[in-house]
Amino acid sequence: MSEKEVKNLEEIFEARIARDEKIEPKDWMPEKYRKTHIRQISQHAHSEIVGMLPEGNWISRAPSLRRKVALLAKVQDEAGHGLYLYSACETLGISRNELYEQLHSGKAKYSSIFNYPTVTWADMGAIGWLVDGAAIINQVPLCSTSYGPYARAMIRVCKEESFHQRQGFEIMLKLANGTPEQKDMAQDALNRWWWPSLMMLGPTDAESVHTAQSMKWKLKRKTNDELRQQFIDQTVPQADLLGLTIPDPDLKWNEETGHYDFGEIDWDEFWQVVKGYGPSNKKRMKDRVGAWEEGTWVRDAAMAYAEKKEKRKNDIKRAI
Amino acid sequence: MSQNNWPLWEVFVRSKNGLEHRHFGSLHAADAEMALENARDVYTRRSEGVSIWVVESSNITASNPENNGELFEPAADKVYRHPTFYDLPDEVKHM
Repeated sequence: MSEKEVKNLEEIFEARIARDEKIEPKDWMPEKYRKTHIRQISQHAHSEIVGMLPEGNWISRAPSLRRKVALLAKVQDEAGHGLYLYSACETLGISRNELYEQLHSGKAKYSSIFNYPTVTWADMGAIGWLVDGAAIINQVPLCSTSYGPYARAMIRVCKEESFHQRQGFEIMLKLANGTPEQKDMAQDALNRWWWPSLMMLGPTDAESVHTAQSMKWKLKRKTNDELRQQFIDQTVPQADLLGLTIPDPDLKWNEETGHYDFGEIDWDEFWQVVKGYGPSNKKRMKDRVGAWEEGTWVRDAAMAYAEKKEKRKNDIKRAI
Repeated sequence: MSQNNWPLWEVFVRSKNGLEHRHFGSLHAADAEMALENARDVYTRRSEGVSIWVVESSNITASNPENNGELFEPAADKVYRHPTFYDLPDEVKHM
C-alpha cells in the first residue's frame, strides 16, 4: 500500500471512531492503534492476574467464613477478568504465550500497586475500598472505548467489580467500629494504601506521554489528574464516615473550586516501583513465573490426555 | 517451556430458555470437555447461563470486512423487501 493510501485509510478510520463507531478485530486499523491496544489491554490483564497474589495471601487466614467466601469469590473474579482481557487482546493477533512471555520477562508492566505487601487483614479492606475504588474510576469510561472486544470485556468487568469495593469497605467499617486495636489496624492500612492508590491513577498530565492519542481513540475519556481528583473527592467523605484520617496534612476542602486540595505525591516512589524496585516486585514475579513453570506438566498432561481421547474416539469410529 | 499450546475456543451462552445462544468470549482448553468446564467458571459465575456451546475457534469461517460492500450493500437498494414500500389506502386496517 502506498503512503497516500495508508493516510487515506487512517483518515477514514479516525472518522469512524469520532462517530462513535466500534472497531472490530478484522477491520483495518493503523499499526499504532493495534500496538497501543495490545500494550494497554495486556497491561490490564496482567494487573488482574498479578493482583490475585497479594489477596491470595489472606484467603486461608480470613477471620470468618463470610469473609473467606467473599475474598475467594473476589480473587476468582480477578482470574476471570484477566481471562476476558487476555482473550480480547488475542483478537489483535498476539498469542497467549507471547503475552505471558512479556509479563514473565518483565517486558510488560502491570499496575504498580500490586508491588506493595499485604501485611495485615485490614489490607484486604483497604485494597477493596481504595484500590478497587480507583480501578473502577479508571475502568468505567473504558466500557465505551472504541475497540469492540475491549469494550465488551470491560462491561463484564465493571458489572462484577462493584461487589469488590463494597466488601472492602465493609471490612474497613467493621474494623473501624471494633476494638481500639482493630481501629488502629484499619488506620494503619489506610496510611499505607492511600498514596499508592493515588499513584495508581497514573502520572500527572504533564508527565503522561500517551494521553492525547488515547483520548482520540477513547482509550481514555478523562485525564489522569481529573480521575485522581474524582477519586479523592468521592473517597474523603467515606473516610470521614469510617472515622479514619487520610494521611495528608494538606488535604482540605476548597470552597472555590468545589474540590479537595491535596498534598504533593511522591512521584520518585512511583517511578522506583514501576522500575522494579518496589517492596514486592521480585516476590510477585517469582510467584507468578513459578506458578506458570510448575504448571507446565499439568498443561502437557491435559493436552496428551485430550489427544489420546481423540485418537481412541477415531479408532472406534473406524472399527465400526 | 512446553510446546503444547491449548487451542482457543469460542464460548456461546444461552442466558435463559427462550433466548438464543450468544457469543460471550473465548478461552483456551485442551479439549471440548475442558472448554465447557472452563467456560462455566469463566463466563457463568453469577448465573448468566443455562446452556453453553463451545467451538474451536479454528473451525469458524468469518467474512472479511473488506468484502462488506459486495456482501451487504446489495440489500440497501431493495426497499421492496420492506412493508413500507407498498402504498395502501388509510382505510385498510390491520395489515
